[in-house]
Formats: sequence, C-alpha cells, structure tokens
Amino acid sequence: MIWAAIIVGSLGCYLLKLAGLSVPQSVLDHPVIRRIADLIPVALLAALIAVQVFGTPERTLVMDARLAGLGVALVGLLLRAPFIVVVLLAAGTAALLRALGLAA
Amino acid sequence: MDAGIRKGIVNDAIAVGVATGVYGISFGAISVASGLNVWQTCALSLLMFTGASQYALVGVVGAGGAPMTGAAAALLLGTRNALYGLKLAPMLGWRGWRRLGAAHLTIDESTAMSVLRPTHDQARLGFLSTGLSVFVLWNAATLFGAVLGDRMGDPRVWGLDAAVGGAFLALLWPRLSTKTNRIAGVLGAALALSLVQFTPAGVPVLAAATVAIGMGLLTRSETDPTEIPDEEHLP
Repeated sequence: MIWAAIIVGSLGCYLLKLAGLSVPQSVLDHPVIRRIADLIPVALLAALIAVQVFGTPERTLVMDARLAGLGVALVGLLLRAPFIVVVLLAAGTAALLRALGLAA
Repeated sequence: MDAGIRKGIVNDAIAVGVATGVYGISFGAISVASGLNVWQTCALSLLMFTGASQYALVGVVGAGGAPMTGAAAALLLGTRNALYGLKLAPMLGWRGWRRLGAAHLTIDESTAMSVLRPTHDQARLGFLSTGLSVFVLWNAATLFGAVLGDRMGDPRVWGLDAAVGGAFLALLWPRLSTKTNRIAGVLGAALALSLVQFTPAGVPVLAAATVAIGMGLLTRSETDPTEIPDEEHLP
C-alpha cells in the first residue's frame, strides 16, 4: 500500500508542477486560487503539527515528551535557530526527558 | 552572459543545495521512523521531489493513517508548485521535453532562484543549476538520513517522533508572517484535533484544507481597504 501511495502521490505532484508550466496564465491566476494555495500549506502544516504532537496510534490525544520537544523547538525558532538545530532541539528534549524518566 | 554573473548564480545554487541537504537528512531519518523502509524513503525523494509533500505523506503514515490519505495530503501541499509553474513559464519559455524535465525540478528553491532574474538566460541558469543542485544533494541526504535512521533502533529513544513536530513547525514558521495565515494555522490545528477521535488517522489533516479553502473564499487580500491608493493606482 505504501508503494501505491508513493507512486500515486509522486505522479500527482508531478502533474501539478507540469500543469503550472503548461496551462495559460489566466486559468490559475485568480486571487481566490492564489489565496487558497497560500493558505493550504499553513493549515495543513499546522494540522500535521497538532496531530503529530498530541495524537497516538489509538486515535486518542495525549500530552507527553513530544509537546516539550515542540516547546523547545519554538524557543529555537524565536531565537532564529536554523532548521536542523530546531529539529535536533525537539528530538533531544524528548529523548532527554524519556531517558530521565520524566515524561512518556 | 557575463562570466562573473554566471559564476555567482551557480555558486548560489550550490549553497542552496547544501542548505537543503540538511532538510534531506532529517527527512530520511523521520521517514524511516514513520514506518517507511529505506527504498520507499529514497523513492519519495527521487520521484515526488517536493519536501513539504514528502513530509506530509510520511507524517500521515507515521500517525497511523492510510498511505493513500498521506498521498492526498501530499497532493494538497503540492498545489503551490502549480503556482510556481505559472510564474516560471514565461521566464523559462521552454516547450516539449525541456518543459517535461523542468516540471520535475519545479520546487520552492528553483523558483525563488529564477523568477527574479533580469534576463531569460539568467532565469534558466538559476532554475537549472538550483534545481539540479538541490535534486542531487536532497537525494543523497535522504539516503544518508534513512540509513542513519534505520540503524538507530527505536525512534522514540532518540526523540525522532518529537523531531517530526519540530520539523513541521520549522517549515510552517516562515509562513506565519500575516495575520490571515496565523488564523488559518490555529483553525487548521484546532479542526484536526477535534476530529482525531472520530475519523480514521490522516483524515483530520486533510480536513484542515477546508479551512484554507473557506478562508480563501471569504477573506479579501491583505491590503488595507481603508488605505488611500497612490495617485498612479487611482482608476
């Protein structure tokens, strides 16, 4: 199933790229479409963060070491840390709290 | 084209490729931690080749969602590449097989390094050199990160499950510059959380797209309607 999703998703993403290069400017160049395309990454990434940090495989919501990781990542972003540092901060915080037995 | 300009464009392209490689390492490690194997992870970077979409697919799979739901999330995030294509088409002016090849390289970085160039030649060089540099380094970094992640054992011990949230937040951060976007982010997250217990995994993420569509239809552009227009913009 994962392979099918990779093929379908990749083909779809390619066709989206090709469509932009191929269709006449007027078809997609509408303010509403531009606003939606600008907002989709924002809404989806925010939803992904929420589900990744609070969700469980059993479809419940919990607060654990991941939330602490996200909090420290946020501090990193406020201090203008580069991408990889932000990711390492999130991982390191959660790993440390778990190693010390302070969070699940 | 002046040799100095050419060298400057290519140097910029390599620098962008190196910076993107760092994202590639974390993508590879996170993808493996989410349950894809090394081959599947590398196939995504080779074939999909658009970072946010790839993260979305593995994010949905990692949360226990159906892989096809992850593919749908990847497509939604891929829509912005179509708009990049619109900006690029007149700058590149390519048809036939050139356009088919250029489509695969149409991503945030190659667009950014191309559309502001003053001439067609410079736009093409910026697009191609950045696209190829990112493609090579993104895929090499993905392989490295995936193999690394594969050898780490239980991803939770290393906090890799928490790294996913951090990576998404870092991707989202530069997009939160306007109030409309910040509202869209809060609403998208709230809607997703409210659906988690009632829908199959992955669906809450897709549902967040309705926030974007709704707000796109209902809001006006960010310019202040009370602002007095410049003389040259008066009808």
